[in-house]
Amino acid sequence: MDNLDLLMGGLDAALSPENLLYAALGVVLGTFVGVLPGIGPAMAVALLLPVTFGLGPTQSFIMFAGIYYGGMYGGSTTSILLNTPGESSSVMTALEGNKMAKKGRAAQALATAAIGSFVAGTIGTLLVAFFAPTLADIGVEIGAPSYFAIVVLAMVLVTSVLGDSKLRGFISLFLGLTIGLVGLDLNTGQARLSFDQPLLADRLDIVVVAVGIFALGEALWVAAHLRRKPLEVIPVGQPWMGRSDWRRSWKPWLRGTALGFPFGAVPAGGAETPTFLSYVLERRLAKGREFGEGAIEGVAGPEAANNASAAGTFVPLLAMGIPVTATSAVMLAALTGYGIQPGPQLMSTESDLVWTLLASLLLGNALLLVLNLPLAPLWAKLLTIPRPYLYAGILFFASLGAYAANLQAFDVFLLLVFGLVGLMMRRFGLPVLPLILGVILGPLGETRFREALTISGGEVSGLFDEALAVVLYVIAALAIVVPLVLGALRRRDPAQEKERMLV
Amino acid sequence: MSAIEHPAGRQPDNRPAPEAGAPAPDRAQYGLAVLLAGIGGYTIYDATTLKVGFGDPVGPQAFPFVIGGVMLFLAVLLAVATARGDRGTAEAGEDVDLSQGADWVTVLKLVAVLVFTIATIDWLGWAITGALLFAGAAWSLGSRTLIRDLLVGAVLSVGSWYAFYSGLGIALSPGILDGIL
Repeated sequence: MDNLDLLMGGLDAALSPENLLYAALGVVLGTFVGVLPGIGPAMAVALLLPVTFGLGPTQSFIMFAGIYYGGMYGGSTTSILLNTPGESSSVMTALEGNKMAKKGRAAQALATAAIGSFVAGTIGTLLVAFFAPTLADIGVEIGAPSYFAIVVLAMVLVTSVLGDSKLRGFISLFLGLTIGLVGLDLNTGQARLSFDQPLLADRLDIVVVAVGIFALGEALWVAAHLRRKPLEVIPVGQPWMGRSDWRRSWKPWLRGTALGFPFGAVPAGGAETPTFLSYVLERRLAKGREFGEGAIEGVAGPEAANNASAAGTFVPLLAMGIPVTATSAVMLAALTGYGIQPGPQLMSTESDLVWTLLASLLLGNALLLVLNLPLAPLWAKLLTIPRPYLYAGILFFASLGAYAANLQAFDVFLLLVFGLVGLMMRRFGLPVLPLILGVILGPLGETRFREALTISGGEVSGLFDEALAVVLYVIAALAIVVPLVLGALRRRDPAQEKERMLV
Repeated sequence: MSAIEHPAGRQPDNRPAPEAGAPAPDRAQYGLAVLLAGIGGYTIYDATTLKVGFGDPVGPQAFPFVIGGVMLFLAVLLAVATARGDRGTAEAGEDVDLSQGADWVTVLKLVAVLVFTIATIDWLGWAITGALLFAGAAWSLGSRTLIRDLLVGAVLSVGSWYAFYSGLGIALSPGILDGIL
């Protein structure tokens, strides 16, 4: 098979000793940062972006792949050992995982999470290698109107699927779109929303925005609400699984993978939905046996779904240049930082890089398993780090990252501004993801929007002259209208609804 | 979010709200609505100052007009929702305790530390400013071991300076330590 050959070529490139070192470094750093309480995968990737500044694109992507999977695994370790998930996608893992830990089965919970993540990540990456080129071939064919429609659909789906308040989702999205306007207009070279500041006209550095909103915003929010008594951390030994654990885990891993991948590949709001579905499915299939008391299936399934959906997000990212999760938005920002133009043509113009990246994902996944099973007791110790040091450290590294990007004090000022925006968003319950997507997708969409209208000579009909575009708009409209109508019909509390589905 | 007691459902509200009847509106949200309206209005104003290029049927104004307009609309919706008692779900996390009121003094201290960082980073250099940043932030967050905090901060900042310099080839500002580092 053609794709398989290309992937093998990528593996060849990724397997040099130097690159292996970068991959291992990425996995360790990613897990280290991801395990720290209060830091999710997106924040881990944003905080660690500066580490890759001096590297070439290939090395930095290899490292990224490690950071990405490491950060995700770190997050699930936290939710199992602390029972306070930092990310919506690990809520389901915490349910059974923490109960297992309390019963003295923390080692098995961590093991099934790690091995399940490995299985799901590997299958998921192979599926990406299979689907992304095909989708990119289609992507190259579609015109500006349809591309713009895809951007609109991605924004609508992510905004309306996540969170309990659509109003807040859209506020967040439009804040992001406004931030995306700042700087020189790409067509006419005029500065927009720049307050006559040449540094602003230069366009905002997405790293500064992401680190500000994720890292600094989170640190400030935690500072305002710091828990006075420390959380109880469950001690953990070497992760391992008995024969019956294996027997009970392998099916949930595969089912979780099957659920997670499609949800990641279509822009439908990341891992929250598939992890929830996987949990419900395993609970049904187990007929409630041990569920609620620490069932290993309840960790294996959602963890696999989480990782498979993370792999799935690479399909739209690589094939279309469209990120659907915060983490992939940050990775896209890193791509553009190397002067690489994301989009359907990426697979052909930067073919080597893409295949090396996919191979690195496989590699990072394997390294994760090799490194993290033995290191788990060490990671658990990180959970007891004194909170003043932890959050002072986040401030320190956030400032370092913002400053290192361009060596300008002004960027640290921008970091503070976006940190305060992030604080405000957390106070008012505005979801963070739509904002970041707005910042990234706004300029992307505008370019296609103007392209489409230039072709049609300014006629609005130019936006609808492709059948695909019309279909996508219909889906987007349905995604907004249907839940509203259903909500009005039912007039029920969404919390009750979810609970009803669980029983 | 109280994920411990209610793992399956989101609590619509975390802050202690009056039990019976409609909860009192979250007045601060009016402020947010005004801020959004301001941002939307300014975006539209800013767009009117742009010139449309020759042979460019859309121009740089169309997007700002739409974004600013929708922002104004969302601001109105938020104000209406607020009046009807709608509140946001404040974000939960590992170290977040929402049962207590917010401690804005700590936040102000941290902001002051960052402002100090911005003001001195080019002059004092990363090695000194970074160390002070770490120690200042730790102190704001309740650490009372100043000497140790300064030492940890100095190790971090000097270490990161050298890591960036020799590892990545990026010279962070040396400031007044120019020539010593």
